[in-house]
Order: sequence, then C-alpha cells, then structure tokens
Amino acid sequence: MFAQNISIVFQWLVFLGTAFVAILASILMITRKNPIHSALLLILTFLCTAVLFFLLQNPFIAIIQILVYAGAIMMLIVFVIMLLELEEELVSPLKISFSKGVGVLTALLIMLGLFFAVFGGARGAIGEYTPEKVSQLGSAKVVGKLLFTDYLLPFEIVSILLMAAIVGAIVLAKQRPSEKE
Amino acid sequence: MTIPPIPSAAYLIVGAMLFIIGAVGVLTRRNGIVVFMSIELMLNSVNLSLITFSHFLNSMDGVLFVFFVMAVAAAEAGVGLAIFVQLYRTQKTIHLDEVHLMRW
Repeated sequence: MFAQNISIVFQWLVFLGTAFVAILASILMITRKNPIHSALLLILTFLCTAVLFFLLQNPFIAIIQILVYAGAIMMLIVFVIMLLELEEELVSPLKISFSKGVGVLTALLIMLGLFFAVFGGARGAIGEYTPEKVSQLGSAKVVGKLLFTDYLLPFEIVSILLMAAIVGAIVLAKQRPSEKE
Repeated sequence: MTIPPIPSAAYLIVGAMLFIIGAVGVLTRRNGIVVFMSIELMLNSVNLSLITFSHFLNSMDGVLFVFFVMAVAAAEAGVGLAIFVQLYRTQKTIHLDEVHLMRW
C-alpha cells in the first residue's frame, strides 16, 4: 500500500515536472528572436515529451522520439539555420499586426474545442494489449509484428514516401550548373 | 489515503497546450524556419495524444499511427528544409511576408 503510493507520487512528480518544462520551453521557443535558441528549446520540449512517453509505458516510441525528432530532424534544422546566416527578425514589440490578432483568436477557438474534447476522456472499445502484456512481450516486438501484418500496406506506402522525399530533397538542394557562373 | 494515478485528461491537456502554442507560433512568427519548427511541435503534441489514448485503451493502433506520423515528419523535414535552402539561394530571404512568388 505504502510502496504503491510512493510509486504514484513519484510518477506525479515526474509528470508535473516534465509537463511544466515542456510547456515553458515551447512558449520560450515561439518568442525567441534567434532561431538557434528556438531550435535548442524545441529539442528540450522533445526530450520532455520522450519522458512522458516513458511514463505512458511506451519505451520504444520514447527512444524513436529521441532518435528521430531530437536527433535527426533537429540536427537537420540546426544545420540549415547555420547554412543560411539569417538576419534577426525586425519586429517592433508594440505593433500588434492583423496576423497576430487572427493568430490569438484562432488559438483561443482551438483551445475551446480541445478542452471540450479533453474532458470527454478516453472513450472507445478497449483493446487486447494491456500494459502488462506489452511489457511482457516487449514493446518493439509488438510494434514490429503489427507493422508486418495489419499495417503492411501503410508501411510500404511510407517507404515509397521516404524514397520520394530523398529524391525530392536532392533535386531541390542541388545547385544547377547554369547558376554557378 | 491513496493518491489517484495520473488520469488521461492530464496528458491530453499537456498535448492540447503544446498544440495551441505551436498554432500560435505558426500564425504569429514570420521566420520560415521558426514556423517550420512550430509545425513540428504541433505534430509532436498530436503524437502525445495518440500515445495517451493508446495507453488508456490498451490498444497498439495509436503507437503505429505515431510511427507513421514520425516517418511523414522526417520526409517533410527533408523536403521542407531543401525548399528553404533553395529559396534562400534565389530570394536571399526566408521571411515569409517577402516570399510571394506564388501569391497573386
């Protein structure tokens, strides 16, 4: 009884800490002028989300999150920021433009909709993969098995998509020979 | 006295707040790279909601969806950043108000 309480208290502490840091870092991210600072704060947000995935007993997705998001995608973004030598955005702090007004209004409407949806809670058919069963089989093993049986067609489509993305990125980023001189 | 475990609504609220912050970032910032990063944040918050539903409904479908969302995000990052590099080469800026080649 006491041991169970301790583990739940610990879960709450980790959850509240990471959630707070994630929200704070993302608010700082959209307000920093320097894009490199934004990129580093976004990496912090992604790491906090990975901790939340661990709390939801999904170690496979948490590790993929760190590898793909915080590793690969953010490295690409930081590289491009360094490549482009961006000038700082010239924004006067007092001017509230039309787009900012529209932005705040839209965000409030989305917030209203999302909070109605959130307090409905998780409803729907209960599946067969309880956390105990998944942890017994291994998270990666269950995902791999489903990926090659039920989700085979989307998996193949994703492989074609990634192939097209590679070709598209090379074609776009290649310097045309006529532009050189 | 027992303490209740973390409810699903707590995770969903965090996901919703991250999504809103990402939406505000997309709509208010004019730097192309920061807008791009805000879109990544929105994708990530949706992933958090999907994993939450997957955990509380004992289903693996949400996890597979997150897998595909991540693949699409990686493809989007590759192509999108290549577009920004090419845009900077031709226009010397990625300020989104000054890029209006395809806007009438």
